[in-house]
Amino acid sequence: MSVDLSQFIPSFLEESFEGLELMESSLLNLEQGDDETINSIFRAAHSIKGGAGTFGFEHVTEFTHLVETLLDEMRDGRREIQPNDVELLLVSVDCMRMMIEAIRDEGDYEQSKIDDTYKLLEIALNQNNDTSTPTESPDDSKDKQSSNATWIIEFIPEHHLVQTGNDPILLFNALADLGEVTANANCKELPAITDIDPEELYLSWELTLKSSWATEQDIKEVFEWVEDECQLIIRQDSKLAQDGEVKQEVEQQREEVSTVATSFEENKTPSIDVNEADKEPASAKSSKAKSEGGSIRVGVDKVDSLINLVGELVITQSMLSELGNDFNISKLERLTSGLEQLLQNTKELQESVMRIRMLPISFAFNRFPRLIHDLSKKTGKDIELVLKGEQTELDKTVMEQISDPLVHLVRNAVDHGIEPSDVRVANGKPKKGTIILDAYHQGGSIVIEIRDDGGGINREAVYRKAVEKGIIDESTTLSDSQVFELIFEPGFSTAKEISDISGRGVGMDVVKRNIQALGGRIQVESEPNVGSTFRVNLPLTLAILDGQLVRVGNETYIIPLITIVESLQVKPELINRVSGDMVLYRLREDNVPVIPIFKLFSLSAEHESVENSLLVVVEAEGLKVGLMVDDLLAQQQVVIKSLKDNYHDVDGISGATILGDGSVAMILDVPGIIQMAIGRKMQIGVRQMMSSIEGVEA
Amino acid sequence: MTKILVVDDSNSIRDMVSFTLKGAGYETVEAKDGKEGLNTAQTGTFDLVISDVNMPNMDGITLCQELRKLPAFKFTPILMLTTESSGDMKMRGKSAGATGWLVKPFNPEKLLATIKRVVP
Repeated sequence: MSVDLSQFIPSFLEESFEGLELMESSLLNLEQGDDETINSIFRAAHSIKGGAGTFGFEHVTEFTHLVETLLDEMRDGRREIQPNDVELLLVSVDCMRMMIEAIRDEGDYEQSKIDDTYKLLEIALNQNNDTSTPTESPDDSKDKQSSNATWIIEFIPEHHLVQTGNDPILLFNALADLGEVTANANCKELPAITDIDPEELYLSWELTLKSSWATEQDIKEVFEWVEDECQLIIRQDSKLAQDGEVKQEVEQQREEVSTVATSFEENKTPSIDVNEADKEPASAKSSKAKSEGGSIRVGVDKVDSLINLVGELVITQSMLSELGNDFNISKLERLTSGLEQLLQNTKELQESVMRIRMLPISFAFNRFPRLIHDLSKKTGKDIELVLKGEQTELDKTVMEQISDPLVHLVRNAVDHGIEPSDVRVANGKPKKGTIILDAYHQGGSIVIEIRDDGGGINREAVYRKAVEKGIIDESTTLSDSQVFELIFEPGFSTAKEISDISGRGVGMDVVKRNIQALGGRIQVESEPNVGSTFRVNLPLTLAILDGQLVRVGNETYIIPLITIVESLQVKPELINRVSGDMVLYRLREDNVPVIPIFKLFSLSAEHESVENSLLVVVEAEGLKVGLMVDDLLAQQQVVIKSLKDNYHDVDGISGATILGDGSVAMILDVPGIIQMAIGRKMQIGVRQMMSSIEGVEA
Repeated sequence: MTKILVVDDSNSIRDMVSFTLKGAGYETVEAKDGKEGLNTAQTGTFDLVISDVNMPNMDGITLCQELRKLPAFKFTPILMLTTESSGDMKMRGKSAGATGWLVKPFNPEKLLATIKRVVP
């Protein structure tokens, strides 16, 4: 029979990643003589090896075996824990992760890196005098001489055999799987009935096995677990062995034929599997478990509260349907209260369901200790990493997508933020630099801060560079924060030389774009010689959005609440018309460009001139614009439905939702609208224009 | 029905052993380490215990020793599931009272074939 274990592969993968994470974090904290930590690292490696072997991932098993051997030596105290070894183990963890990721994604991995590390591991193991890497391959084909033979097996167990849970009868049954068995018990050691200890075994046996194919090895294997607790003599019946010579040859030929037959059968089985796999390509695809997919581990309490709520919902529903059975106006009050209850239930249910997708941000933070460890080594800078608010919860999808931008920001802090030790000391700062990763909730969003106590952003250098790159004009006057914003412009990099740590100047604009794609924003604060803070604001979830419903003509649109600065009635005296079609509206110190939504989407609106319309001032990418609308409607949470999945992408629209009355409303993509209205290249121009107007009026 | 206690700290291994055994008509109960295994063992009778060696809280060897102290487990077969197939590990298992050992990489067919030696 064949048991298909492939369904357990995803859980093996998940477990392996957890194991690798544990190995990594433990290795980083490893100290001499810390047996428990070594043990837990060893166990993690051991489990991965075992699992990999079971599923036939030989390359992982083979590699992990060396890692395990090294750890075993440390565990037994045969090897001192040296930084070199720890480093090698960390690299090995990377290799294992790479291989396992390749299994998950059904992709490739860098064989050369594995080979190199494998060699290093072998060298490390050879250095330690006794390099007895335990060999595990059982001698399978040692004495595979088959014959149609009769075997005589003398089995004389020790008296205590049964006390280790062995039972001779079961052994004989197993032996009977090899051929025809007859057993003769020998009771000469049986004591008088009064002397019998019921927990002891006094019998011994002479067994005869007739089998056409069993080898001595096969027989030994049956007795494998008791060989130390018995006398076992196995011999072939001599009478038959003598005239067996000729027979044996025939037998051998026959066996060859049968091997061909079996190998033919073996070939058949996988082809059936393939067919089966073809039948369900969908399930095969989904088990591919791209990082976006996969599973979530949910705390039992969360599931319980969900079940509770569903229970409540069922009660409310049955109450309402009973009410509807023969409804009359006297029951109106009960109906209203029932509906209220339904509203409450739905809201709580929604919150609970959202909570299932929430994970503590430590999942994203966990990779940073290692990153800092590696970067400190590479740069020779002494850096301490402080993690705060690791329990802050965040939507799983947001977490997965924010991870890379965070890595970039941290790399950036190490490379550009923290100064070399000697510079720090010269500036009267502690030799060791500090990078703080902090996460907390603020309103309906989560804030992640990356703070360093480095040299801060060099305002002059940034400004000069921006002029050099043609991002701004030399005559432009910019505030500090406007200058710092420039580092997010495409093609900007202030590192004097390109280093392999913080990349090639393709970084920060990508970081910003990714964060914006998540509906978030990034700000930077910096003070010379004190340090910089990058603050990332993210929505808690991507599935639901707090929206402001607005009306333009006969259409309802939704503006994400997070982008709205304020809404106001236009005062004609504050309107400023500049060249072209551009209309600016004076909003205290700012001049905001006005964007008529009806024009953008070719609608007809109630108010088509700026003078008597309503303006919703929104902000994105550091730019404020006023969106012209006819009316402000309710504020409510809306469930985002993807346009791309259901239709196709539309400029200026980030998605759609279904309103309470069943109608569909579009959600405005504010950054997209700004780009559409003023064009990407114009942005800086507008900025300059605005600041020059500021300059004039100041 | 033959009832088997499966003790392993690895979810996937535990799942697989259980899955294989259940598929062959055995009843299984799972525990995630030696400590839990020992507690679970005392809640009923089992016809076989299959345990990993390397586990947190209580390892398989200790579990084996502890189980042998219980009257109900005096003759119960206990198999150690391990990758460490060296003679040393086998001896340690034996002296702790283990009945036998199953060497990982774990092979479902082999598992079913070999446990026949210790359970009816």
